[in-house]
Amino acid sequence: MFKSLRARIDQKYRTIPFPISDPVLPERYTGRPALSPEKCDRCSECVSVCPTGAIALRKKGITIDTARCIFCAECAEICPKDAIVFSREFRMGANEKAGLIENGAERKPISALNKKMLRTFGRSLKFRVVSAGGCNACEADINVLGTIGFDLDRFGISYAASPRHADGLIVTGPISMNMKEAVLKTYEAVPEPKIVIAVGACALSGGIYAGHAETCGGVDAILPVDLYIPGCPPHPMTILNALLELLDRIPRRNG
Amino acid sequence: MNKRLTVSLKNGDFCGIREIPSFSGEELSSVISQSAGEGMRIVSFFAVPLPKDGGKLFAVLADDTHGVLYPLASAELKSYPSVTPSCPQAHLFEREIFEQSGIIPEGHPWLKPVRKLMKNDSFYHIDSDEIHEVAVGPVHAGVIEPGHFRFQCSGERVFHMEIALGYQHRGIENALSGTPGLKTIHYMETLAGDTTIGHSTAYSMIIEALRGITPYPRAEAIRAIALEMERIANHIGDLGALAGDIGYLPSKSFCGRLRGDALNMTAEICGNRFGRNLVRPGGVRYDLDRPLSEKLLAKIKDFRNDAVQAAEIMWDVPSVLERFEDTGIVSKETAARIGMVGPSARASGLKRDVRSQFPTGAYRFNHVPIVTYESGDVFARALTREMEINRSIKFIQDLLKNPPTSPLMNDKAKNIAGDSFAAAMVEGWRGEICHTAITDKNGGFARYKVTDPSFHNWFGLACCMKNGAISDFPVCNKSFSLSYCGHDL
Ligand code: SF4
Ligand code: SF4
Repeated sequence: MFKSLRARIDQKYRTIPFPISDPVLPERYTGRPALSPEKCDRCSECVSVCPTGAIALRKKGITIDTARCIFCAECAEICPKDAIVFSREFRMGANEKAGLIENGAERKPISALNKKMLRTFGRSLKFRVVSAGGCNACEADINVLGTIGFDLDRFGISYAASPRHADGLIVTGPISMNMKEAVLKTYEAVPEPKIVIAVGACALSGGIYAGHAETCGGVDAILPVDLYIPGCPPHPMTILNALLELLDRIPRRNG
Repeated sequence: MNKRLTVSLKNGDFCGIREIPSFSGEELSSVISQSAGEGMRIVSFFAVPLPKDGGKLFAVLADDTHGVLYPLASAELKSYPSVTPSCPQAHLFEREIFEQSGIIPEGHPWLKPVRKLMKNDSFYHIDSDEIHEVAVGPVHAGVIEPGHFRFQCSGERVFHMEIALGYQHRGIENALSGTPGLKTIHYMETLAGDTTIGHSTAYSMIIEALRGITPYPRAEAIRAIALEMERIANHIGDLGALAGDIGYLPSKSFCGRLRGDALNMTAEICGNRFGRNLVRPGGVRYDLDRPLSEKLLAKIKDFRNDAVQAAEIMWDVPSVLERFEDTGIVSKETAARIGMVGPSARASGLKRDVRSQFPTGAYRFNHVPIVTYESGDVFARALTREMEINRSIKFIQDLLKNPPTSPLMNDKAKNIAGDSFAAAMVEGWRGEICHTAITDKNGGFARYKVTDPSFHNWFGLACCMKNGAISDFPVCNKSFSLSYCGHDL
């Protein structure tokens, strides 16, 4: 007993103060791609090294589709003009696929749920997490939000054991053919109104498994998706921030 | 040793495909059974299917005492006498061979699907009014991967448990055939997302063997540091999850946080918590300079103190011990017979560790002593992992203090050898990872085979539940902590 009290003191208070202040991320963290299309001279080196076909050369310069990007940073390494740089910005995600395409413009925050939905879910939101054909790293970083460091429950968000007790699904993985039916059944079991959140490149676009006959190529191939969170896997902060933006729980900066 | 094993390989070595001794189906079967009887293990066993019908079989046997691997092959065949009846460790391999190539292991007692979904009526079933059946999954109550478990119970007591997987199957092995491309390394990094370093290192060893290049010592040191970081992150995380499963919340909370700290240390090296983008054939992509090494040394010191405390307070609590001790026992004999690997095998008293028995890279110079325990229960599996954390920390500290100096990448352009066979093993945190590659005449992959440690160990979980209480399933499952995606591929 004494030992465990002692341990409680030694192990300290560890919950991060986010969203009041920003977290400390590792120096080499590869966050949101910061593009400078005006620097791009259309050499297409980046396109030739991208494993997921996320980069497009358009009239106005390059774009990166973060639905597909796995943040390997190969493109930034090869770009001779520094037109692609990976910033340390962890805030990413969008309500619609179009919002995931980076073109150098400033990021628009995720739109919060409408008033009626916020009244229902704003203070208490429960998710059933379904993993369907990925590599398990996305689940791991969703799971980690439940630990004391992030303490998701302090925002009223938690993971439910049964879809019948949930307000929505968080889905990871490209939806393997073998999980398709189970995902659909789980979705059906969630009572209305419900929301679906897709986490990770796999869930957004099939990720590196895009085009495999053994998968459906992403969650929106079979379900309506309300929020897309990019990354492979997304940093837990990216997931947490996106959830809080969706619930309108992030204090607005600069008005 | 069996005289018919004429070619031997070191870990991370290759030979010409035609040098491998080739046998008829009957002979292959008897060589494998005999060798297993003499103490060898099946590290990998798979088919290379022919376009029409049938195919050739390949196996890799390991001699742990001498640190040697023996490749064997068969002639083209459509069926052969199953190895499983005399050598149970072959059972899942043979099911996979049948599923992937249609080659029939005749006399296999349990020829069920491996990754195809199992039909409801093909599960093992005890017909009795006193037996009830419990079916769990694929969608579980926690945030975990999908799998299906069937229990035949009488009250709390489990007579039999059957595991049906395949839900995470996303077709990686198929996609690996042909010339390695831009996606290949990323497939390797996501075979099992929590074992990115383990699998990307095994793949890199294969390519390095086939291209005849050796990574520089500094790159080998960074790989080993990252591999041990991966181990401590997962070990501490699972210790916390075990504590959580039995409701001992202090260790659960502390270890959960500590796991994050370990992942963040990896992210300091390569920017990614899971070690993505670090290991590449020829070396590593990121350096560990002096200031970073010092930063990590400071962090790992704090980590060590907190981790020791977080784990040790558990062992003082009688209610924790009561739940862990004598729960989910796998005896040494069973573990050996079914071919278990990794900390779960070591917890049953088997000395199996690639790092000491088949050392490559930095492990040739810096040793990690093998941890074993005898009791084979949940307690042993937890304690083994706690002890391994300590040894890994020591290993990391030594390397961080004295890292060899050399370039990071050996990217001498050399072609991948054609018509060859390469095998590489890495001791991942769950145990032995084995990759094998067979190249065609142009150096493309005619077959790339991945054996995740979970492939060897899932059956161990089923065995440990026999006659146990169904309410102990969560702790038993967590004590093995197996990969679904690594199994399903
Ligand atoms: S970082 Fe993204 S866009 Fe760049 S090469 Fe990798 S996957 Fe493609
Ligand atoms: S998006 Fe990346 S990290 Fe997430 S499951 Fe897919 S491969 Fe794994």
